[in-house]
Amino acid sequence: MAKEFTFGVTVMPRKEVLDTQGRAVEETLKREGEPVVSARVGRYVELKVTGDTVKEAEATAQKISAGLLANTLIETFELKLL
Amino acid sequence: MSKSRVGVIRFPGTNCDRDVFEAVGQSGADAVWLWHGDQFDPKGFDALILPGGFSYGDYLRSGALAARAVAMKSVREAASKGTPILGICNGFQILCESGLLPGALTRNHGLRFIDAWVDLKKAGGKTTFGASLKVGEGIRIPIAHADGRYVIEEESLKSLRDNNQVWLEYVENPNGSIANIAGVTNLSGNVAGLMPHPERAYHDWMGGSDGRKLLEIWK
Repeated sequence: MAKEFTFGVTVMPRKEVLDTQGRAVEETLKREGEPVVSARVGRYVELKVTGDTVKEAEATAQKISAGLLANTLIETFELKLL
Repeated sequence: MSKSRVGVIRFPGTNCDRDVFEAVGQSGADAVWLWHGDQFDPKGFDALILPGGFSYGDYLRSGALAARAVAMKSVREAASKGTPILGICNGFQILCESGLLPGALTRNHGLRFIDAWVDLKKAGGKTTFGASLKVGEGIRIPIAHADGRYVIEEESLKSLRDNNQVWLEYVENPNGSIANIAGVTNLSGNVAGLMPHPERAYHDWMGGSDGRKLLEIWK
């Protein structure tokens, strides 16, 4: 019987792509005098999927992440089983 | 001769649909509404337009959710059959997210939403949209976007140039787009997308009518 598995998916802008949100956060914090070197802004998605095994569920989460949650041209993603 | 039929696709949050519909009608074609949730027969259409707006509130990434809409299956089919397809602003973002056009559109370099008239020049491209323009010829039409910064890997940019897929360029880059790119086409040239809004430059009282040069392909 299919079980449920939850993955945390962290999506981040690729380093070579200008991270405008991160830059805005970084500049605001620097202006406030905080000892901030840099800030990068990404997205976190909790994804619950079904599958017979962890491996199968992970393959599903991988497919969904690469297909929709992240645009791999401009973003990278990491999966973590919760 | 019967009039050309041009499908105008509405997604939840599209907001330039009526303008595009009217512009197509004023250009002598029959505009036909298409709904994002329905498939359609591409054979019934001489061209398709994906208008601008904020489909799905730009959730996740601009155009990302609309790119998975049911109607996009028919758009893909039409694209493979060679039907002329144009994405304007959010429509361009949707075509990029669906993989029908290369590259991606990201937040403007200056972080602000920009609403302004811009000068463009035709860089190339085989699309029938604006085919009467010569390469290097200029037009002036408005932009209105927050996510208009076109990005693509250096290597892919080279192949875009080699394959004549760079369609329109900004004369003065408003948003940080790589190589001043405002519009591109797919490899075969039938699918094209641009960030500026030709439908908002249709009469002199609007501030200019150069948009007609891009949309009037049905005369």
